[in-house]
Amino acid sequence: MQYSHLDMLESKSIHILRESYSAFRNLCMLWSIGKDSTVLLCLARKAFYGHVPFPLVHVDTHYKIPEMIEYRDRLAMEWNLDMIYGENREALENRETFPDGNATRIECCRRLKTEALTHTLAGDWPRYRLNHATGKYEEDSDREPFTGVIVGVRADEEGSRSKERTFSPRDRAGDWDADDQPPEFWGQYKTDFAPGTHVRIHPLLDWTEVDIWEYIRREGVPVVSLYFNQGDGKRYRSLGCWPCTKPVDSDASTLDEIIEELKSGKFARVAERSGREQDKEDGGGLEELRRGGYM
Amino acid sequence: MARDKLSMNIVVAGHVDHGKSTVIGRLLADAGALPEGKLESIRELCRRNAKPFEYAFLLDALKDERAQGITIDTARCFFETEKRKYIIIDAPGHIEFLKNMITGASRAEAALLVIDAAEGICENSRRHGYMLEMLGIRQIAVLVNKIDLVDRSRETYEKIKREYAEFLATIGIAPAAFIPVSATEGDNIAFPSELTPWYDGPTVLGQLDLFEGGDNTGGSELPLRIPVEDVYKFTEGGDDRRIVAGMCESGTLRAGDQVVFYPSRKTTVVNSLEEWFMDADSSRRPREFSAGKACGFTMTTQIYVRRGEIACLAGEKPPEIGRAFRASIFWLGRSPLVPGKEYVIKSCTAKTPCRVTKIHSVLDASTLEKNPAAAEAKKNDIADCTFVCEKELAFDIGAALPTTGRFVIVDEYEISGGGIITEALGAGDTGSAASSAAVTPGERARYLRQKPVTVSVQTEEYGRKLERRLFEEGRIPYYAARLSDEQRNALTGAGVIVLTHGDAEVTTTGDMNADVTAILLATDNALEV
Repeated sequence: MQYSHLDMLESKSIHILRESYSAFRNLCMLWSIGKDSTVLLCLARKAFYGHVPFPLVHVDTHYKIPEMIEYRDRLAMEWNLDMIYGENREALENRETFPDGNATRIECCRRLKTEALTHTLAGDWPRYRLNHATGKYEEDSDREPFTGVIVGVRADEEGSRSKERTFSPRDRAGDWDADDQPPEFWGQYKTDFAPGTHVRIHPLLDWTEVDIWEYIRREGVPVVSLYFNQGDGKRYRSLGCWPCTKPVDSDASTLDEIIEELKSGKFARVAERSGREQDKEDGGGLEELRRGGYM
Repeated sequence: MARDKLSMNIVVAGHVDHGKSTVIGRLLADAGALPEGKLESIRELCRRNAKPFEYAFLLDALKDERAQGITIDTARCFFETEKRKYIIIDAPGHIEFLKNMITGASRAEAALLVIDAAEGICENSRRHGYMLEMLGIRQIAVLVNKIDLVDRSRETYEKIKREYAEFLATIGIAPAAFIPVSATEGDNIAFPSELTPWYDGPTVLGQLDLFEGGDNTGGSELPLRIPVEDVYKFTEGGDDRRIVAGMCESGTLRAGDQVVFYPSRKTTVVNSLEEWFMDADSSRRPREFSAGKACGFTMTTQIYVRRGEIACLAGEKPPEIGRAFRASIFWLGRSPLVPGKEYVIKSCTAKTPCRVTKIHSVLDASTLEKNPAAAEAKKNDIADCTFVCEKELAFDIGAALPTTGRFVIVDEYEISGGGIITEALGAGDTGSAASSAAVTPGERARYLRQKPVTVSVQTEEYGRKLERRLFEEGRIPYYAARLSDEQRNALTGAGVIVLTHGDAEVTTTGDMNADVTAILLATDNALEV
């Protein structure tokens, strides 16, 4: 049987998800509500035959576009997902953010995303878990640190991500040692770890932006409507916090039109994250953030 | 709709400073694969820092690399031609980063090996060639780079071609092409150069499309090998399927096929092929699974199988079963590989402690010099060794079935080497360093694949039935109506599951399935490494 390019990408990602599930007792998957991590979520449902046998973690910066949160909770209920969110309560209460004028974009990212994520994963800040009986989030009594964290980054997104390993160890402080990464070959990953370390797992590294959209079209993956032009000639190509993410000018209002636009149309040679302001602020800012735990 | 394009991973390897990153940068630029403004912004950056522009800067995404001017880790670049999608993997050429080179190269299906025309063949030109062969990459094109620095001399090109082809022939590789290029000047990268009129072969871009295959296709005609990753039973929502999941490494599987799991040799018939679709009525239900597919199936009989076994087809060539084999390995560890020390082998999904009992020879891959007297394999060495594992393994000979014929070696927590199995060995020919220490309970349990346990039963009839069931599950049970304490200790000491009356570690309930499951769980702990 001849499998297609998408079939092969799908199989490799499912293999990585299954290996993670076998290797880690405290495993979770980050769900940013964007198209990549939603594709990853659907790959997990494929890998485990309609079930998702680990919690999904979302870092709520409280600056997400409201439709994203609505969409998150609707799918979490429909698909019976074990949904958890975390936040940087202190920074939000003290208004130490970029929109409040009290931080640069990069500082704001570090506080609301990186720090919130690090502490939510470690379990030393509160986690809020969806109660499927009431449809409401409740503070979770489970504070066990997650040792394996599945993340939907792609190598083609920007420079520092192109060098990530599939299983990427972080030390106690959550740091990424980009210069001394473990070897990875023959589908064998580093699954043996010293206590206190944790691992980021990246099943989508070999996917491109076009692969993601073609897979969404083939599998019928539901994505937020913000990705489509709603009639005002604008759509989001990459989703983040509203103060730092700008829509792009585009008439694409269907999956076919989005794919066409990326393959041969106006975006064929324009970087995906060109609407993300934090990427532009500093020459090596994202790499610095990634060493500190940014996704 | 036009057929989807396949994709191919290409690794660019070679000695440090021979111009790998520059070749890739130039290839992306000339093939029109760069994002708008990328080239301009890097030219601008160079001007501001008063540095001459280099195509290699396109790849130097990380600050450290820009500062040091060498590639430390593999980076992936994406582009496509009319024929295929490509992922180009930039492998570091510095000896210090061989593990990163291997990480990148192991994903590739073809390689571009870059040699500096002025400097000629260097240590890592040969070492990388050798590693590519070990990793199973047979399609190699050699780029004789910086040809402008030797006045585009045909004589220099021919000399390197002759010497390197001779080297490749000793390791069994016939290169697809030798291309004279200048990455900085653009000769023969995407466009044929008028300055090398004596060369009439393909350009680098043209050669990529000439490589064969893509997306790791092939292997479906070989014997079936599905290493079991897990057996899933998710009860949520009334789902009572028990699904054996694993990657199909080779061969083809259909419903109704008789499968044999190795090394346990348990056999069953495939009830259904399982694949999940968002749309429950999907018309894409699978009729067969073949090489490259992450698959799953249910069985007609509920036999007990676990991660680490390999599902094969009855009637096809079975894998080798055993604890000892000879292998050709490359070593990446900080501390050398030494005989006698305990390591862990991971072969597909199986995992077992092991020891090297003999190092037959160590090869310096940069000179191809063989040392039969070496006592250890140092970092970056290639060695021919005998391994003895604690647990029985199912494996193939690497030359016949590559994916189930290779393994990685874990030292402490790190993957420190990789090996290709060249020969299965019997118990008699495992080398001289056999341990004289007493057999430990752990070793015995791992060998028997069970931890000894005592089980109490109510009646003799039930005891006999239970004994039969456990035996068929591949365990070693023994029913005895009356046992003295000494007899009982002797039996558990020998690793047996003892079924008797009176006090015991496991008390049966009379529900056969529940009892069998409870006993299997109690005896399984020994199998964790």
